[in-house]
Amino acid sequence: MIKFTNVFKAFPKGGLALKDVSFHIAKGEFVFLTGHSGAGKSTVLKLIFAEEPVTSGEVRVSGFNAAELRRRDVPMLRRRLGIVFQDFRLLEDRTAEENVAFALEVTGARRSAIPARVMRVLTQVGLAAKAQAYPRELSGGEQQRVAIARALVNEPTVLLADEPTGNLDERATRGVFQLLRDINASGTAVVMATHDLDLVRQAPYRVIELQEGALVYDSVVDEPRDRAVSP
Amino acid sequence: MNLTVREALLAFRRAPLLSALSVTTIAFSLFVVGLFGLVAVNLQDALRSVAERVEIVAYVLPGTPIETITLAEKDIEAFPEVQAAAYVSEDSALARARAELVEFRDVLQELERNPLPASVEVKLKPGFRDADHVNEVADRLRGFGFVDDVRFGRDWVEKLDRLRQIAAAVGLVVGAAFAVVAIIIIGTTIRMAVLQRSREIAIMRLVGATDGFIRRPFLLQGAIKGLLGGLVAMGLAFGAYTLINRLLIHAAFFSREQALAIIAFGTLIGLAGSAASVGRHLRRV
Repeated sequence: MIKFTNVFKAFPKGGLALKDVSFHIAKGEFVFLTGHSGAGKSTVLKLIFAEEPVTSGEVRVSGFNAAELRRRDVPMLRRRLGIVFQDFRLLEDRTAEENVAFALEVTGARRSAIPARVMRVLTQVGLAAKAQAYPRELSGGEQQRVAIARALVNEPTVLLADEPTGNLDERATRGVFQLLRDINASGTAVVMATHDLDLVRQAPYRVIELQEGALVYDSVVDEPRDRAVSP
Repeated sequence: MNLTVREALLAFRRAPLLSALSVTTIAFSLFVVGLFGLVAVNLQDALRSVAERVEIVAYVLPGTPIETITLAEKDIEAFPEVQAAAYVSEDSALARARAELVEFRDVLQELERNPLPASVEVKLKPGFRDADHVNEVADRLRGFGFVDDVRFGRDWVEKLDRLRQIAAAVGLVVGAAFAVVAIIIIGTTIRMAVLQRSREIAIMRLVGATDGFIRRPFLLQGAIKGLLGGLVAMGLAFGAYTLINRLLIHAAFFSREQALAIIAFGTLIGLAGSAASVGRHLRRV
């Protein structure tokens, strides 16, 4: 469903961000993307949701070929993805419910169906009671749950999460991680970039590790190894 | 309510200060354009009323039969440039001279013979009251056999022409400069509104909003700001006009069409400014 073939990515000023990266992620998989900051984790995610163009190689995401993607196709691709960031990216002047509904409204969903769909995902992330709260009235963990609800409301096939627990304390981290696992258990593929190795060790999921833009380890291809190698 | 309309109106509520600032900026920019427009309109009125006095007089040879002149009058009135041609007989010329030239009343009273010739007075249509057309019509009048001499204030008509050219050139250059300044100021204001919401735009793109979807509320909002700015500007201009009328000189205000044109201009700049700003922003992200 997500397929990278010999992908290179160069930034005009930053040199090579990805060097000859190839991997394939199947439907319903849970994949950790690990590595130091600057190793290229975020770049991989950005190529997936077409925020950045590929320099060379091929990126295929749920039927779309990134190289052939026209600007007006990008929204269509993103409607099949759910995207979550470390800094939540909620609209401060809208309630939790409105933030989630927003994602449906911009995609032209049927108006009458929106409230029910919003409440369903808010319930799923455990925030039904705080639907009317503004982001500033919510804790970090709760804000991330709203962001995840927003990512889920369009029923994506893949959820991309870039350091989703990076700004959270330990307890909130565990909660959000469990939520991502539940989402994966119900059939949605999850690609989670993280450098939190404790989390990686906790779960039996696939690990793809990047180092200075190169893929150095893929747990489905390479021999099992001590996951403590990278700090 | 339509989503575009809702989002456009929400923006006013969420950023009331910036919105008010935009509308005020647009209003004052258009107000300056409007004031200049008022000056131009009044100058044009003044020139037009002067131009109404442009007249060509064809003096008729003594003894020309009245039938000949009446016939010629019809021909002259058929000229495309001519608004009206009027025959002034010797007698009425004298009567008019007596009435108008009071200082010479005694002399005129004592005349044994009427020295004044009969004439045909020709008035031109508004678009033709300039030196070129006056000369042309005068030449044609000279072609009539019974015409002795043709007079018109050549110097005066040429000066009027010059004045009109200067007014038009100044109006065009200064008006265009004001309009450009207004467009730049309004464009900058609207750009601020777009930048203020760049985070929101980024999030909209992230969740799969199309460029058109993102653009529409901004366009509507820009048009509304331009419209409000135009209305306020027109109010300010009317206030200034009333004040000038009361304290300085009697002046004319815009016609309804001109007022609507300025408001439409504001709306259009608001719309175009938004389209440019959002377009540029979207191309960058």
